[in-house]
Amino acid sequence: MNVQTSAGDFEELDSVVVRFAGDSGDGMQLTGTQFSVVTALEGSDLSTFPDFPAEIRAPVGTTFGVSAFQINFGSVEVSTAGDEPDVLVAMNPAALKVSLSGLRKGGLIIVDEGAFNKRNLDKAGYETNPLEDNSLSDYQVQKLDITKMTLESVKEFGLGNKDAIRSKNMWTLGLILWMFDRPRKPITDWLEQKFAKIPDVAKANIAAVNAGHAYGETAEVSSNLRQYHIGKHEEEPGEYRTVNGNQALAWGLVAGSQLGDIPLMLGSYPITPASTLLHTLAGLKEFNVMTFQAEDEIAAICGAIGASFAGHLGITSSSGPGVALKTEAIGLAISTELPVVILDIQRAGPSTGLPTKTEQSDLYQAVCGRNGDAPVVVLATSNPEDCFNVGIEAVRLATKYMTPVIVLSDGYIGNASEPWKIPDINKLDKFTVNFHTDPEGFHPFKRNPKTLARVWAKPGTPGTLHRIGGIEKSYDSGHISYDPANHQKMTDIRAEKILNIANDIPEQSVSLGNAGGKLAVVGWGSTRGAIHQAVKRARGEGIDVSHVHIGNIWPLPRNLGDLLKSFDKVIVAEMNKGQMNNLLRAQYLLDAYSLTKVSGQPFKISEILDCIRDQAGENK
Amino acid sequence: MNEQVDIKKRTFKDFETDQEVRWCPGCGDYAILKAVQMTLANIGATPENTVFISGIGCSSRFPYYVETYGFHTIHGRAPAVATGVKLANPDLDVWLVTGDGDGLSIGGNHMLHVLRRNVNMQIMLFNNEIYGLTKGQYSPTSKPGTKSPSTPLGSVDLPLNPCSFALGAGARFVARGIDTALKALPQTLARAKDHQGASFVEIYQNCIVFNDKTFEHFTNKKEAANTQIHVEHGKPLVYGKENNLGLRFNVEKFTLEKVVIGEDGVTEEDVLVHDETNKMLAQLLVEMAAPEFPVACGVIYCVPEESYDVAVHNQMEAAKKAKKADFNALIRSGRTWTVE
Ligand code: SF4
Repeated sequence: MNVQTSAGDFEELDSVVVRFAGDSGDGMQLTGTQFSVVTALEGSDLSTFPDFPAEIRAPVGTTFGVSAFQINFGSVEVSTAGDEPDVLVAMNPAALKVSLSGLRKGGLIIVDEGAFNKRNLDKAGYETNPLEDNSLSDYQVQKLDITKMTLESVKEFGLGNKDAIRSKNMWTLGLILWMFDRPRKPITDWLEQKFAKIPDVAKANIAAVNAGHAYGETAEVSSNLRQYHIGKHEEEPGEYRTVNGNQALAWGLVAGSQLGDIPLMLGSYPITPASTLLHTLAGLKEFNVMTFQAEDEIAAICGAIGASFAGHLGITSSSGPGVALKTEAIGLAISTELPVVILDIQRAGPSTGLPTKTEQSDLYQAVCGRNGDAPVVVLATSNPEDCFNVGIEAVRLATKYMTPVIVLSDGYIGNASEPWKIPDINKLDKFTVNFHTDPEGFHPFKRNPKTLARVWAKPGTPGTLHRIGGIEKSYDSGHISYDPANHQKMTDIRAEKILNIANDIPEQSVSLGNAGGKLAVVGWGSTRGAIHQAVKRARGEGIDVSHVHIGNIWPLPRNLGDLLKSFDKVIVAEMNKGQMNNLLRAQYLLDAYSLTKVSGQPFKISEILDCIRDQAGENK
Repeated sequence: MNEQVDIKKRTFKDFETDQEVRWCPGCGDYAILKAVQMTLANIGATPENTVFISGIGCSSRFPYYVETYGFHTIHGRAPAVATGVKLANPDLDVWLVTGDGDGLSIGGNHMLHVLRRNVNMQIMLFNNEIYGLTKGQYSPTSKPGTKSPSTPLGSVDLPLNPCSFALGAGARFVARGIDTALKALPQTLARAKDHQGASFVEIYQNCIVFNDKTFEHFTNKKEAANTQIHVEHGKPLVYGKENNLGLRFNVEKFTLEKVVIGEDGVTEEDVLVHDETNKMLAQLLVEMAAPEFPVACGVIYCVPEESYDVAVHNQMEAAKKAKKADFNALIRSGRTWTVE
């Protein structure tokens, strides 16, 4: 929170990080999401980080039941949800306990004093009340009895005590809206719409928002409550909205389907954090998108492969454990050279791991995780906006090259929201998906000499009857073949087909800095924002460092090896134990420094910045 | 979708491929292949609109030998692949080929769900009560005590009755046939094809190499009339060389019982009439085992219900009618703002 000037009653800030933390039932995700929307409408740049437990309703008041929503917003470019919150809203002792360690020293804590009773303190494991024992002296603390004030504000609507208490997140939102000088109207409009059928609830919630806001307006000067102003972020002209990664990825796939004029069939099985892809696509039937909630992960991809065989583009969405189950079927699609898009919204593993926490540890699984020599295309998304483009690219590559394409996203990107300049589909490049109909000299493994893709002849077409399967096929006829030389040839051509795609994707560029120099930080996936900010700050300190962000994981961009070798030193930063680092080492004999983190939390900018300083010899 | 382009009457030979058939000489699969090719010719199937889909196992080589579209998939997963094919294009006529290991062991889950969902296809489960392709291990339908490489002292687990499983899973069409019954099998398969929804047909298939003669006690031609009953809707459940054996319902025990017409005062009136819409009766019929009872063949249960693929497409069509597909509007839905 860099204070720039003091203008009247407002302090002018260029960016601020606010964390809303409460019990799973306190509605913090909703509060955070609504605050994000208003913030975006006001023209700030922003990035959010919903951080919630795996349990739907963990026991009330416990530390493991804390649900938090962090938002970083500013008039400057914002690309992560922020390292350290400046403001923490803690609705109970457990929320305070869990979030305190991340808070900036000197930051503001707003607590619902009413929730700091003996029972809740015990549940959170506090022996003494932190509001009274001086343990928070490093911070500014604003104690408010939010529960009581909320109950008073909604009294006239005659709600039951339980329903009335529920409005306390709206009271809090009202106060925070006042604090950051944001309008209430978008929220009250939304409440009216949401509770159109239960007007009393709508009115009570609106009253709570207004009461929270009014509290701020009338707050005494001696309190820690102050009003801040965050200006608009300079953006390119255009129409904007907020979007999260899973939503953008689903829309990107539909855009691909429209641009290539190929109907989609999603086979899926519910899994955190990928289920919202299924939910989104299930509601888009008018775009010729069919969804199939299968009996398991295997059936989900098999249904997708069946649909691809029949002339749709099959898609399947899941997370690491589910993709592991799909592995054999991915092999079938590789062997039969059918297009299929596999969406892996990664989470912390192995096994069930931490379902709601983020990680990038499925890279090996995506690139190497199958029996036999079984290459596929692997693409990674880096932020919600990028998800849209990657969705289109996955459709294009799968259908052009008759291959599975694995898209690696992660739980952080999937849930995080960012402003997005809404594209115009009419201005995006169309592509043609070809179905083979010519019986002349037909066999199912006849290839396009340039792309090496086999022909796609769908059932229902006269004259192109054929049988395919997972047994090796003859290069010349497509029939079953056990011939050793033929297997060599087919294995070679499957690998060559995928490597050849390097000529159809952009060359690797440098996203910040120079194409060569002392030091580069290489990243992929959702670490992009944190690396970008760290490199930017390091460059500000005079360090010669550049940022290389890889989106095409396999095949790698054709110039990547040369580009990386033009740096004296390379750091590979990733949220796993060094998987990309090993891949680059295997490909280019690159001796890079591996910076890793697997705590289920995204990288902090400072963690990367520290590493840059170390590697540049600046930390003495 | 595609017009029928070739109206000349096809024979079973038109459904043979140029591929060398690779089953063991004497395998029951040969007879079933012939029966299926005959069925396709009889029902006037259009090769380009017909798809055979299989999993893994001896039976699953089937698609390579039928001159239609075909997909030899992975172990146990054929029902899921076939569901995807039907969803993408419900006009295709899909035939699923599976075995007792493929369909009821590794693929048991998918079999359950394809039947429950009632996806419109014919499911032929070749039951030879053994694993053939992996060289003779016992299967989920093997009789207790089956000695095999993996059960040298005899298997100790209880087997599954495929038709009973199908009924339990909610199948709306359950039938049974025998590999060598070249007359009856095509008739049963034609009924399966007529049925709109998932049609489950268990076919007893002799594995001459690893489980020869396991069905001999009721398939033996000489005794067959007394050990099999071919059920037909609306006809009395009568069988036997002399046509004097029948099935009667024992109300006290809630079971079927074997009776001899003309003995102990039993008349034809006492014998049950087959009602393929009666699930209770179907359950009793499929559980009958030789030698105590005749083995029931033919269409045992048939109660059509809208199939999954049709229902999904109806929803799709309704959604398309109700809402215009405007992608630019979609991504602008909700709250947006403009930067000048
Ligand atoms: S092993 Fe048995 S089932 Fe398999 S082909 Fe040979 S005889 Fe037929």
